[in-house]
Amino acid sequence: MPFKRYVEVGRVALVNYGKDYGKLVVIVDVIDQNRALVDAPDMVRGQMNFKRLTLTDIKIEIKRVPNKKTLIAALEAGDVKNKWENSSWGRKLIVQKKRASLNDFDRFKIMLAKIKKAGVVRQELAKLKKETA
Amino acid sequence: MSYKFHQFQVVGRGLPTESDEHPKIYRMKLWATNEVRAKSKFWYFLRKLKKVKKSNGQMLAINEIFEKNPTTIKNYGIWLRYQSRTGYHNMYKEYRDTTLNGGIEQMYTEMASRHRVRHHCIQVIKTATIPAKLCKRESTKQFHNSKIKFPLVFKKVRPPTRKLKTTYKASRPNLFV
Repeated sequence: MPFKRYVEVGRVALVNYGKDYGKLVVIVDVIDQNRALVDAPDMVRGQMNFKRLTLTDIKIEIKRVPNKKTLIAALEAGDVKNKWENSSWGRKLIVQKKRASLNDFDRFKIMLAKIKKAGVVRQELAKLKKETA
Repeated sequence: MSYKFHQFQVVGRGLPTESDEHPKIYRMKLWATNEVRAKSKFWYFLRKLKKVKKSNGQMLAINEIFEKNPTTIKNYGIWLRYQSRTGYHNMYKEYRDTTLNGGIEQMYTEMASRHRVRHHCIQVIKTATIPAKLCKRESTKQFHNSKIKFPLVFKKVRPPTRKLKTTYKASRPNLFV
């Protein structure tokens, strides 16, 4: 079981603690064993401890410490947003966020939709049972 | 990032007398936790260098110095003089950090942990931003690699806020990256 996700210039990571929780950031340089210089399109470039980062599979092609324009261009070229939102990890986070932001009416609508879906599944199951019986 | 030690520029001189109308003005850059302590440190050092005390001197200016480029990584070399249990020693230490205040704070914490030296027994002689070629310590030179790459070997599992912390967990955490 070798390692697949490395700390390197261009690695995309998810912040898992602190003020920027939930953000996708790019490791732009390594300060020392515990800290990295980290950048994202909507924040000032700053240092972050590796304990606050979870590495993802996504990596973009940048040189050490690019300026903001180059970084945004590289993020577009690497298609990070789409790759993240289509990955199972990214999709899970989107669903979690949606569920947390529901209001009572949305929950009611979901309850009706679940009942409907269960009804359709049960009909199909009954049909299959009749065929085999 | 809030730092405990702030850098101040302190300017002071002896009071003008009949014999000396315009005494020489002295400026020091030093680290202290607040302005009051910085002024006190200034007089402490000035007393050791010139024949002037706080009682026959005046403070002209005290300004805090902030980092010019806190978004770039620099290698800081710090020369210091510290008092150990047996005497005074000089030391040169190197740190990689984005700001000088951060490097100084690393120095104070490292001296406390490695040598049990408290911060009031440390005098910073000189600090400098060292270009990568001139760094002496292997622990800073190992990060001078434009294609640096290493895995995070041990994943610490922790809840995203202190509020969600619990004493007992249902299952053992997975520590692989």
